[in-house]
Amino acid sequence: MYKFVFTGAAIGHAAKFSNIKVVLNGGQHITFLRPDGYFTFHKVPAGTHLIEVYALGYFFSPVRVDVSARHRGKVQATLTETRRSLTELVLEPIRADIYYERREPFSVMSIVKSPMGLMVGFMVVVVFLMPKLMENIDPEEMKRTQEELRSQGVPSLSSLLPSSR
Amino acid sequence: MAMAIRVYLLFLLFLSSAILSFSLYEDQVGLMDWHQRYIGKVKHAVFHTQKTGRKRVIVSTEENVVASLDLRLGEIFWRHVLGTKDVIDGVDIALGKYVITLSSEGSNLRAWNLPDGQMVWETSLHSAQHSKSLLSVPTNLKVDKDYPILVFGGGYLHAVSAVDGEVLWKKDFTAEGFEVQRVLQPPGSSIIYVLGFLDSSEAVVYQIDSKSGEVVAQKSMVFPGGFSGEISSVSTDKVVALDAMRSILVTISFLDGDISFQKTHIADLVEESGKAEILSPLLSDMVAVKVNKRTIFVRVGGEGKLEVVDSLSDETAMSDSLPVADDQVAFATVHHEGSKLHLMVKLVDDLDTVLLRESIQMDQNRGRVHKVFINNYIKTDRSNGFRALIVMEDHSLLLLQQGAIVWSREEGLASVTDVTTAELPVEKDGVSVAKVEHTLLDWLKGHVLKLKGTLLLATPEDVAAIQEMRFKSSGKNKLTRDHNGFRKLIIALTKAGKLFALHTGDGRIVWSMLLNSPSKSEACGRPNGISLYQWQVPHHHAMDENPSVLVVGRCGSDSSAPGLLSFVDVYTGKEISSSDIGHSVVQVMPLPFTDSTEQRLHLIADTHGHVHLYPKTSEALSIFQREFQNVYWYTVEADNGIIRGHAMKSSCSGETADEYCFTTRELWTVVFPSESEKIISTLTRKPNEVVHTQAKVNSDQDLLYKYVSRNLLFVATVSPKGAGEIGSVTPEESALVVYLIDTITGRILHRLSHQGCQGPVHAVFSENWVVYHYFNLRAHKYEFTVVEIYDQSRAENKNVWKLVLGKHNLTAPISSYSRTEVLTKSQSYFFAQSVKTIAVTSTAKGITSKQLLIGTIGDQILALDKRFVDPRRTLNPSQAEKEEGIIPLTDSLPIIPQSYITHSLRVEGLRGIITAPAKLESTTHVFAYGVDLFYTRLAPSKTYDSLTEDFSYALLLITIVALVAAIYITWVLSEKKELSEKWR
Repeated sequence: MYKFVFTGAAIGHAAKFSNIKVVLNGGQHITFLRPDGYFTFHKVPAGTHLIEVYALGYFFSPVRVDVSARHRGKVQATLTETRRSLTELVLEPIRADIYYERREPFSVMSIVKSPMGLMVGFMVVVVFLMPKLMENIDPEEMKRTQEELRSQGVPSLSSLLPSSR
Repeated sequence: MAMAIRVYLLFLLFLSSAILSFSLYEDQVGLMDWHQRYIGKVKHAVFHTQKTGRKRVIVSTEENVVASLDLRLGEIFWRHVLGTKDVIDGVDIALGKYVITLSSEGSNLRAWNLPDGQMVWETSLHSAQHSKSLLSVPTNLKVDKDYPILVFGGGYLHAVSAVDGEVLWKKDFTAEGFEVQRVLQPPGSSIIYVLGFLDSSEAVVYQIDSKSGEVVAQKSMVFPGGFSGEISSVSTDKVVALDAMRSILVTISFLDGDISFQKTHIADLVEESGKAEILSPLLSDMVAVKVNKRTIFVRVGGEGKLEVVDSLSDETAMSDSLPVADDQVAFATVHHEGSKLHLMVKLVDDLDTVLLRESIQMDQNRGRVHKVFINNYIKTDRSNGFRALIVMEDHSLLLLQQGAIVWSREEGLASVTDVTTAELPVEKDGVSVAKVEHTLLDWLKGHVLKLKGTLLLATPEDVAAIQEMRFKSSGKNKLTRDHNGFRKLIIALTKAGKLFALHTGDGRIVWSMLLNSPSKSEACGRPNGISLYQWQVPHHHAMDENPSVLVVGRCGSDSSAPGLLSFVDVYTGKEISSSDIGHSVVQVMPLPFTDSTEQRLHLIADTHGHVHLYPKTSEALSIFQREFQNVYWYTVEADNGIIRGHAMKSSCSGETADEYCFTTRELWTVVFPSESEKIISTLTRKPNEVVHTQAKVNSDQDLLYKYVSRNLLFVATVSPKGAGEIGSVTPEESALVVYLIDTITGRILHRLSHQGCQGPVHAVFSENWVVYHYFNLRAHKYEFTVVEIYDQSRAENKNVWKLVLGKHNLTAPISSYSRTEVLTKSQSYFFAQSVKTIAVTSTAKGITSKQLLIGTIGDQILALDKRFVDPRRTLNPSQAEKEEGIIPLTDSLPIIPQSYITHSLRVEGLRGIITAPAKLESTTHVFAYGVDLFYTRLAPSKTYDSLTEDFSYALLLITIVALVAAIYITWVLSEKKELSEKWR
């Protein structure tokens, strides 16, 4: 069985290479990046392998690497997430990961939308709009309705309102 | 049915909430979680204390960590955790700016930048065979502007450039079977001496030109007795070795390429005889030999004459020698005397000159000193000062200087082997607890600050004040039980045999206890702890008892070694009792029975197929006798591919037997064909898991009954060819088969085979479902599969009339013997990461929905809602299904960065995750261990039963005030209006 060496490069935009690990076959070998971003796995037998790059803050697609047994050292790489084949073994993050929720900047809407805001809003509506509504109702019609309700013997909300007195 | 409706409502309630159920704001870091960084037991240490710059020490550890520590405070400047198979053999500093590590039996050589830990170069060295490896960084060897590093490993000697890692030359010793023992380089010469043994009977010295690697001269000499392999170099042209019988010290001198032996019987040096052992320290002109627990110092004279100059009685740790001023060489010894530790630094030439003598009070729970490393500095009065870095038996690392412990690191926590949780004591009157409530004004001020924080109006100082206030006010660090069950103790057993109790609030060590502290008897030489069980969890009627844990240990590494039980009080950290049980420990089974003091009954199986009952009381025995017929257990023989089920038979007979020993009979066996299947993983449910309901309501108002059994075993087998690593097998050659086996009857309830897949399998088993992770070779991706198992025999109970008329079989006891019809559902999904371990959240009543906690190979923990691994997911769920919370089917599981519960941290070297319920139903404790420790509290369905930490009381207060004001104003207005109306 031949053993091969293959080299690749990983690009993290943060350029904080000392935090990046490159993992072969789910932990069989772990290596680190050199200052220029290159990494190397030594003594890899021919076959199909998996490379994963772990960098805090970035998400890299795992890479399927076929090491040819016939052509010494010929390496073919494919991103398993996007099924894109790579001409060079240069890995780029798919996305930058943000681990925290972002706080919404202060806005009046956020207060209004909060339960307290809704409560206040409702109370304002009740306090200021309800009397207005009551005023708009024709007093005679009002009386009639009240009578009707009274005849049914159901205590109604409107009877409790001050304007009904 | 009512139950089902309730559950349905609950499900609607919980599951209709947003998918993102875990997320954290950046300012909430450290509020519920803590993270502790460790490195492990130190193997090598190299000091870097130049006059300028930060003083640091470079260490390599048994957890394969290379780290740079601050010598003043003990903090980590940087560290790297190498792969689990990449064991570090040596570490040194080259060129004053690179840290050189040699790992993997001398085949990986790496250089790290000293200030920031960035890898500078990496070289893979040729190796052909297994051998011990050797790293040598000569300080004054210079070849053409290059400084070679000499490495021996795998049968080759390499000279590697320290600047860029290029191999300058290599010398092949594989053909001769030559093992290099020492590489010596006389100062001012370009010739290096390579001394080694050939077939451990012939000493060979090569003189190699350091420029070209050519052998200039070679001398060999056969030693008839043979060498033991232990060697100590005493000067540039002399080494001392031990013969194969370990009774003769051989001085080998190879001055000018000539070899000469000089034999000295150890019996001539000291009266006592016995097997000798050369201790590792490098001392100039002297060798330290251990005979019969005594350490003797033997000076090697000019003509190879040996004389004993000193001897120390007890176990003493020694450092390498260190050059101090005026061509003098000193070394340090550390020994115990009671609870005191004595550190002495002596001159090698004159052992009566003690440069330093210090006594330090040492915690007994740290055990003995294992290693000492010393370093000197020049004091202001121009005398030599010494600092000593010591490694203790419990793996802790301490720096001693001027008679005091400057800093200490509890490195034992880097190798946690088993974890359990325990309650804190109940708050009693008289128990003084730090006052956390302050005046109303302070309280209000705090909440206004918090409000500012929430509304992003806070200045940086305010943010700091908020953080500080949160830490103080929450009272989370109290040592008493709280109402929500957020404060708990995490009991961790480490590889060194030390038990730690950590507080969930801030992760501090409440107490620690070394199982084999020196104060104890030496009945059991070096016990190592295997596992940890909850022995006594008092509640209800045994409230006065303190809870305790059971530590099961072994008096040796062999599985047939006699076991040791130790019972430890959780509140005080004191050992209640310990016993040598006189039989081996193969399996420990906690039984679902407790005695009147809430002590749990445990069965311990030994190598002879007998089981032993603990505690050994007559009450426990009578409880056990009652349930004698109902106790079953199983064993897994992974190497033979056999799973056996056992039941109790009778009491043991024989002279050593007691009434607590029982024989067993075999009930069933499941044999997997060895040519096609190999067991790689087995798993059962957690025995203390709570299931809220058996029924599950479908979207079409259909009922499904979960098959909830404690006796289900998940087994994963793989083709023998596929048992290796990824890349070693083609898809056609490998298949993964999983089974669900009933452990009472041996019945296989379900079998599922995945063609073209291979391990490693990581699985989690909860309620009626199993989720497992494996590698799909065809797609070349990792996959998750979920299997849910339902009870079909109860399926017809969904008719309401049957329930009303009582014609249902829900009250019939469930028995493994009843051969129920089961229905399984399964589904697979791709997953984009390798997995190290999986766990599942657990809550007090099991009502809250579950999350999978996936420990990825990047040492992060991802929380994934169970709804993503639901076999009822379809591509286009109906409206009803959507309302139930079924997510449209996708081919791969999403990785949402905000769902990483470890947020921007890494739990380096992650090995396990455990979960424990809090008292509050919505919340679960999560503790992850590896080289690092991480703890957090999770609410998988959000905290629906309590207000969140950042709930704004101030906003509530303002609202109330505003409402009151509004009421008052409107009241005044209405009064006025009424008055004006009356005037009208």
